[in-house]
Amino acid sequence: MAARRQWWASILSLVATLALASVPLPDMIAPLRPDWVAVVLLYWSLMAPRHFSLMTAFWMGIALDTLTGALLGQNALALLVIVYLADKFHLRLRVFPLSQLAITVLLLLGLYEFILFWIDGMAGRTVPLIERWLPPLTGTLVWCAMYMLFDRREREAPARL
Amino acid sequence: MSAQGRTGAGFGRSGFSMGVRFLLLAIACIALMLLDRREQHLVKVRQALSLVVYPVRVAVDFPFSAWHSLNDTFAARDALIAENREFRRERLETESRLQRLEVLERENERLRALLDSTARVGSRALVAEILSVDLDPYRQRLDLNRGLVDDVFVGQALIDAQGVVGQVVRVGPLTSEAVLITDADHAVPVSINRNGLRTIAVGTGDSGRLRLPYLTNNADIVVGDLLISSGLGGVFPAGYPVGRVLEITRRPDQAFAEVVAEPSSSLDRDREVLLVWQEAEDEPAAAEPASEAAVAEAH
Repeated sequence: MAARRQWWASILSLVATLALASVPLPDMIAPLRPDWVAVVLLYWSLMAPRHFSLMTAFWMGIALDTLTGALLGQNALALLVIVYLADKFHLRLRVFPLSQLAITVLLLLGLYEFILFWIDGMAGRTVPLIERWLPPLTGTLVWCAMYMLFDRREREAPARL
Repeated sequence: MSAQGRTGAGFGRSGFSMGVRFLLLAIACIALMLLDRREQHLVKVRQALSLVVYPVRVAVDFPFSAWHSLNDTFAARDALIAENREFRRERLETESRLQRLEVLERENERLRALLDSTARVGSRALVAEILSVDLDPYRQRLDLNRGLVDDVFVGQALIDAQGVVGQVVRVGPLTSEAVLITDADHAVPVSINRNGLRTIAVGTGDSGRLRLPYLTNNADIVVGDLLISSGLGGVFPAGYPVGRVLEITRRPDQAFAEVVAEPSSSLDRDREVLLVWQEAEDEPAAAEPASEAAVAEAH
């Protein structure tokens, strides 16, 4: 019963993430929009790695591709890569203090953007380069906020150095 | 929740190790991208997927459309009366202009009959609402609330009250996706209304700007020239305003002038656009190359 409710909560949170990723923003702050799906999946794969699998990353990516009209598989591949890396190294990363975790997240989000950019380039689509740097930065801030809000583990056992 | 909470209950957990699963999924992604690249292999898959994400689109759009309808419901009486008066005045103006247009249309038909060329075809239009959904931030795209059920097709032209807006690039069952004329990957065949000079207007990625990169330094173009769709290429119906020339830079050391134009339609303010069906009688495209050849001969 509890597991079932949790399953529904997961689905709802993922759908809400997709909605966040496509809610219209004013032109002024639109370039600052974090990559919501990547941020949320990274949070789960670092904090509760067995909660969402690679399959979730794949389907979320496909949904995002459909929603944003990107090449089918583009976001899916980028999400797969960062979720795989986060999942693989989460044991090593979880002992990091927040500052180092934030740098790791920034690097992973940067990698995500880079893969998207690379695929755009190979597919011959013209995209600006400079604005690509902003979403990983805002995404990292959002990730840290989520960490401070939701992570109970830290309060129970302050294993910081 | 704890890390070892529910190992077996995830989505699609299989017996493979993590690395193998990652590789398989990554290969699947690459295969999808290769198939999707040419746009036609995955049309059915795309349509099915767009139906799956339809609820998300509607949910995101809902607060915005609700706000609009609320605004309509509670609009003040004075504002409505003022608006109504404005519309009446506009209608009068438009109708008087339309009378002249009808005479001109008749005349045009007669002249075309004399020249033995195909008549301009009538067109059908349908109002489509733009869904308030942000698509790829780096591209100028729109989501429309019309799809296959309304006979929308890929390559269909989109106009608004002021001019050409864009064209449909992908059609789902209930929604469709359009690209604006200002998208960096989009180009419209245009002609200059004043002298019929043909060229191509290319998008810049900025919703207030178009470029005309294929005009030589001595081309007859001045600031303020109206660009209309030329109908070449067969996507956009001929004769709709596309933009107005904003600035021209002629550099003696360059073969081509740098011409910037401003789109006529209010691309980033629209909430509704018109989908146009050109009812093709005899292919109008067949007549165009002939006239182009005539122009080339005249030169």
